[in-house]
Amino acid sequence: MSVSSTVNSAVRKIPAWPLYILGLIPAVWGFYLGATNQLGTDPVKTFEIFLGLWAIRFLLLTLAVTPLRDLAGVNLIKYRRALGLLVFWYVLFHFLVWLILDQQLMMAQAIDDITKRPFIMLGMAALILLIPLALTSFNFAIRKLRKNWNKLHKLIYAISILAAIHLFMATKVLDAEQYIYLALFVVLLGYRIAREPILQAKRAA
Amino acid sequence: MAVYRPPHIPSSEITPKDVWLNRRSILKSAAALGATTLAAPLAACGQEAATGTSFTTDEPITPYQDVTGYNNFYEFGLQKTDPARHSGDFNPRPWTIEVDGLVNNPRTFDIDELIASQMIEERIYRMRCVEAWSMVIPWNGFPLSALLNQVEPLSSAKYVAFETVVRPEEMPGQRGFFQPLPWPYREGLRLDEAMHPLTILSTGVFGETLPNQNGAPVRLVVPWKYGFKGIKSIVKITLTEQEPPSTWNVSAPSEYGFYANVNPDVPHPRWSQATERRIGTGGFFGADRRETLMFNGYADEVADMYADMDLTRYF
Repeated sequence: MSVSSTVNSAVRKIPAWPLYILGLIPAVWGFYLGATNQLGTDPVKTFEIFLGLWAIRFLLLTLAVTPLRDLAGVNLIKYRRALGLLVFWYVLFHFLVWLILDQQLMMAQAIDDITKRPFIMLGMAALILLIPLALTSFNFAIRKLRKNWNKLHKLIYAISILAAIHLFMATKVLDAEQYIYLALFVVLLGYRIAREPILQAKRAA
Repeated sequence: MAVYRPPHIPSSEITPKDVWLNRRSILKSAAALGATTLAAPLAACGQEAATGTSFTTDEPITPYQDVTGYNNFYEFGLQKTDPARHSGDFNPRPWTIEVDGLVNNPRTFDIDELIASQMIEERIYRMRCVEAWSMVIPWNGFPLSALLNQVEPLSSAKYVAFETVVRPEEMPGQRGFFQPLPWPYREGLRLDEAMHPLTILSTGVFGETLPNQNGAPVRLVVPWKYGFKGIKSIVKITLTEQEPPSTWNVSAPSEYGFYANVNPDVPHPRWSQATERRIGTGGFFGADRRETLMFNGYADEVADMYADMDLTRYF
């Protein structure tokens, strides 16, 4: 039995719902460490970055589902909704920690940052674009929107580009982890451009 | 401009280290004893009073573990905890500082002879990082002017350039494939800034020898400028006529100016500089975000030097 069919038969047995719980464990754990003063010297910044990086990780996993199915025959589509919703939750937590714990609800300054600094504007735009996707993630919405649902959810590509630039701008100097994530964004988004020719070549073969 | 003369402190007035480290408990017990007996225990803290208001602050000092455990020193790695973790192999002795350029008397100073020849003072300064966080740090050191006066700058000298040591074998951030910045790290000041009485060369913190992660054995402290101006582990000082290149300014000129004066009204392109997070206060909740002060609160001492400058352009 090939690797892909082994994975696929395992996928059939493992439901998607535990992913919602497992996926939130990092956030809960990080919050616990912060609330009990175990996140080092600058706990708010540490937690803020931690949540942002987990959002990026789940976003990359979400983007990986289609290429894995196309190229490796591994079908993880059943988990994609949970992965996408985890992206939304982590981006929302990331924003709330920035607004409440970091900016301490200094609204004038927060609004100033959101409207004037491209770095923060990009992150904010990504969160706003995630809202309609989260709101239409239920079966009822998928049925109701039909083809429009697919069109709407192409927004994830725009969100990914915003997220990648936000990640690129986040630090004075990029570290190895940032380089890896940015390379994955390029590969996974680039695949969408190359997808049709690749699939045609596969069908012809 | 009136020249500031730091008050002379006789050695009899310098507080012993154990008393100094306990001064918070002395103050607490003083408070507990009540106002009537307040005067006597406060006398034990004479040194702080003697240093003058420019050189101290009533803001709480940032805890030792934060001052020595949360550092930007890319020669030892990019994470804030890297310098404390990866600077164990660094050897700050023996050490010399070469001072040359537009001076009458170029010299190479041995660090121990230099320290022995100076009156080491404590300066409790606010330290504002360009990343919008801040600390309050008790430095030990001496005015940079004391060193510059020994080499006698020529009248043509307008700027002072500084260089950090390059030792890939002892500094893990300087070796390997991934190099975040071109080494050596360079910084510079205008000569009047360098001669300003608030500008010090620091050789210690909390009454101890400067730890490796804080820039051992000697680093610059310019309290009205963003922290990255405070170049660490200095090996070379050169007096120049032209504005010298400074590492972050060369690396990202739109984000980091040569002057880098703390200024709440000039935002960093990526974030506001109007407020700052005070490190080591309150943990997760009740973290202390406070308004950033013009020239980091040292405007009375330094604003004159920039009276005719457009600080938005020369940020």
